[in-house]
Amino acid sequence: MQRAVSIERPATVADGAKMATVVLCMLVVLFFAISFLLGSSNLSPGALFGGLLSGHGAAGVIAREIRLPRAALALVVGAALGASGAALQGLFRNPLAEPGVTGVTSSAGLGAVLALYFGLAASSAFLLPAFAVTGALLSAGILYLLSRGGAGAMALVLAGVAIASLATAMTALALSFAQNPYAMSEMVLWMMGSLKDRTLSDLAFSAPLTVIGIALLLTASRGLDALTLGEEAAQSLGIDVASVRGRVVVGVALATGAATAAAGAVSFVGLVVPHVLRRFYGYEPSRLILPSALGGAVLVTAADIAVRLIAPDGQLLLGVVTAMLGAPFFLWLIIRLRSES
Amino acid sequence: MSVVFEHVSAAYGARVVLSDVSASFAKGAVTGVVGPNGAGKTTLLRAALDLMKIASGTVRVLDKPLAQWSREGLARTVAYLPQGADAHWPIRARQLVSLGRLPHRALFAALSSVDAFAVDAALERCDALQFGARRMDELSAGERARVLFARALATSAPILLADEPAAYLDPSHQLRLMELLREEASRGTAVAVTLHDLALASRHCDAIVILDGGCVAGQGAPEAALSDRLLAQVFGIAALRTKDPSGGRGALTPWQRL
Repeated sequence: MQRAVSIERPATVADGAKMATVVLCMLVVLFFAISFLLGSSNLSPGALFGGLLSGHGAAGVIAREIRLPRAALALVVGAALGASGAALQGLFRNPLAEPGVTGVTSSAGLGAVLALYFGLAASSAFLLPAFAVTGALLSAGILYLLSRGGAGAMALVLAGVAIASLATAMTALALSFAQNPYAMSEMVLWMMGSLKDRTLSDLAFSAPLTVIGIALLLTASRGLDALTLGEEAAQSLGIDVASVRGRVVVGVALATGAATAAAGAVSFVGLVVPHVLRRFYGYEPSRLILPSALGGAVLVTAADIAVRLIAPDGQLLLGVVTAMLGAPFFLWLIIRLRSES
Repeated sequence: MSVVFEHVSAAYGARVVLSDVSASFAKGAVTGVVGPNGAGKTTLLRAALDLMKIASGTVRVLDKPLAQWSREGLARTVAYLPQGADAHWPIRARQLVSLGRLPHRALFAALSSVDAFAVDAALERCDALQFGARRMDELSAGERARVLFARALATSAPILLADEPAAYLDPSHQLRLMELLREEASRGTAVAVTLHDLALASRHCDAIVILDGGCVAGQGAPEAALSDRLLAQVFGIAALRTKDPSGGRGALTPWQRL
């Protein structure tokens, strides 16, 4: 009788996860289609999809060169940030860990700005993402050192505030010295993030880097599960904890760096998405990474659709929408964590 | 002997935590490791798990020096229940117990039928099968302790090391825990457990290792090892000794400070 109970219940759990995954996949397809069809030109959906497939005519150019990069980049950026958030939260065993909150995103943005404004980005298309990933890697390295000491929630958030402030200040500094008339608006773009006017070449570097980053995070997934029991227990289960930390930090830096190089600093996606999805996947860190990638893709695409519907003139930035959603959520999480402890 | 320490010394930086410790954990027996706070009890277990690099001496696990063990091999051989163990996410009890099978599973491999059987058996032995599907945060402290203990059992390792598993448990759960350790030992497992509770140690362990300031102050059968002289010397206490009316092993109760 007792055994029947233990076999029956996990099956319903698995169904919940399957259901959630199916819904996420459907939402990805739905929002991608809406995002693809949304734009200033009055082309019918049929003409746009036809243009996407054939590549001929005005519809072909608009579909392939304008609509596809933007819609696809939203998926890539969201997937990178969602998966990074899930992995960081697993590593720190803390629901507040996230690329934006921990300063990884703003550091990646700083790297990208440095490459742009010192003219390095012009010499090679890969220098901009390389600088963004390096920036992300540096701040993620600080997180690595923190995680080694088993940082508490407070230390993590404070370190994130310090890293993010420093990176933002240095971004502003770089832009001031660049003496570019558009510097101020560019800076805001990098600090708040946008998917406006992206090209296929943005997609060409960010998609593979994100895939590699997420793949690296997945190799660390069983280590993240074991860390549920604490570091000593995980090590006693044969997990190389240092290697798990290293893989998460490098994976997050690659994915977040690529996302930020393409879209600027979009915050809070990695915070909200894993938190909302966690319950559907039995709170297991390993099962949460890919669904969080899907959820992130949905959230960023939806936010980018909202940006275009609210302000068709392009004055509203993507990061503004995610921050308006994410920042109150972050505060609510902190208040809840405080009342729990 | 499943685990043998030969002249083991270890230090955290400049602070020596084990000095010239020679001791052993026998197959099929429950060995209690006792001593005052900071005596090196946890460090001794960590040294056997290779979590603590020793400065000198040798640790042998199943007659093989620790250095010759692979990480995975050691993980399958020595199961460890750390002090104050708890789950950081409210995962389901059965999922938590199945983490104990990680050393037996390849990367990305699902739980095999052997794994599932070991998980069920471990839950059953800890009377935890009925809440296998419940989340860790829905369980009481005693129930959580049973699930965490089942996690260590699920590894099916021939050596089980438990660090202060009896802390924070009510008397009934403490006694149940000692029964579980006894059952494990009777299956042929070498069980070592650190304990603060001398009454539990004296009554439920087959052998005792007494640590004091990183040195072995005494070891052997409980009655002999926990002598009045040694209790006075190491713990600074006198104990009241009780005989078991049904003829089993007696127990001692810490009675007064000296």
